[in-house]
Amino acid sequence: MSTAVNDLTYAGVAVGDTLPPLTQRAISRTTLALFAGASGDHNPIHIDIDFAKAAGMPDVFAHGMLNMAYLGHLVTAWVPQTAVREFSTRFVAITQIHAVVTCTGRVVEKHAGNLVTLEIQAADQHGDVKLAGQALVALP
Amino acid sequence: MIDRAFIGQSFAPLTVEVEAGRLRAFARATAQRDPIYSDTAAAQAAGYRNIPAPLTFLFTLDLERDDPFYFINEMKIDLARVLHGEQAFTYGAPICAGDQVTLISSVEDIYDKKGGAMEFVILKTSAQNQLGEDLGTMTRTIVVRNPS
Repeated sequence: MSTAVNDLTYAGVAVGDTLPPLTQRAISRTTLALFAGASGDHNPIHIDIDFAKAAGMPDVFAHGMLNMAYLGHLVTAWVPQTAVREFSTRFVAITQIHAVVTCTGRVVEKHAGNLVTLEIQAADQHGDVKLAGQALVALP
Repeated sequence: MIDRAFIGQSFAPLTVEVEAGRLRAFARATAQRDPIYSDTAAAQAAGYRNIPAPLTFLFTLDLERDDPFYFINEMKIDLARVLHGEQAFTYGAPICAGDQVTLISSVEDIYDKKGGAMEFVILKTSAQNQLGEDLGTMTRTIVVRNPS
C-alpha cells in the first residue's frame, strides 16, 4: 500500500462519501512506551502506572497524539499528504489501555478552490468516540 | 490560577533537525503502513526530497527541548493535572528528513470554566525551515483540572 492509491478528483467526490476505515491493533503498554520514545512525549501519565494512580487515574492511558497520528494515517491513506491543508481534533475522552481504535471519516462539505472538508473520528471497540476532528484537503 | 500575564508571551525559539531515524521510529510506533514514511527510496518515488514528516510531527519536534514541558513548567502548572484538549495544524511546505526546523511558540489565550475548576491554555507554534519556507502552524489547547 502506498500513497495516492486512488485517483480522487474534486469533481468525483460527493458529500457523504466515506473514507476506508482504519482499525489499529489493541493499544498495549508496549505501544505507549514506544510512542513515548518515538514522539518525545515522556509524560509519565502514559507510561508509569504509579504516577497515573497518584494523579487519580485508574491506569495509564493513551497519548492523545497517538490517536491523532492514527487519524492522520486515515487521511494520508486517502489523499497524498501534500493535499492536506488543515487537520484538527478535539480529544473528547481518554483512550484506555487495551483499546482497539478505529478511525473513520466522511466528506461533509465541498468548497470553492477544489477544497473538501472531512469529518473524521477515532472510536474504541465499544463505539465510544475518543477524537472528533476535521481535515481540509485539496483535490485535483 | 495560572497567571494571565502569560497571555501573549513568546518562548525561546527552538531549532531542531528532522532525523530520518526518528521518523522511522515514529512510523513503527504508530503502525504506519505507508512505506514513504520510513523508506527514502519510496519517499523519493512519491516526489519528496526525503522521508516526509507525518501530519502531527511538528508536535514531536517541539518536544526536542531540554524541558519538553517548558511552557507548562514556566507557568507553574502541575503536569499531573494537565490533559490535552484540542490540537490543530495548518500546513505549508513539506517537512522532510534532514530539514532544520525553527519553532516559535507563544501563548494565545488562557481562560477558565466551571468557576476556575478547569483552566485552558492555548499555545500557538509557527515553524520555518532552513530555507525560510513557512511550514505551517500548530495550536494546542491544554486543560488543567484544578483541585476543588
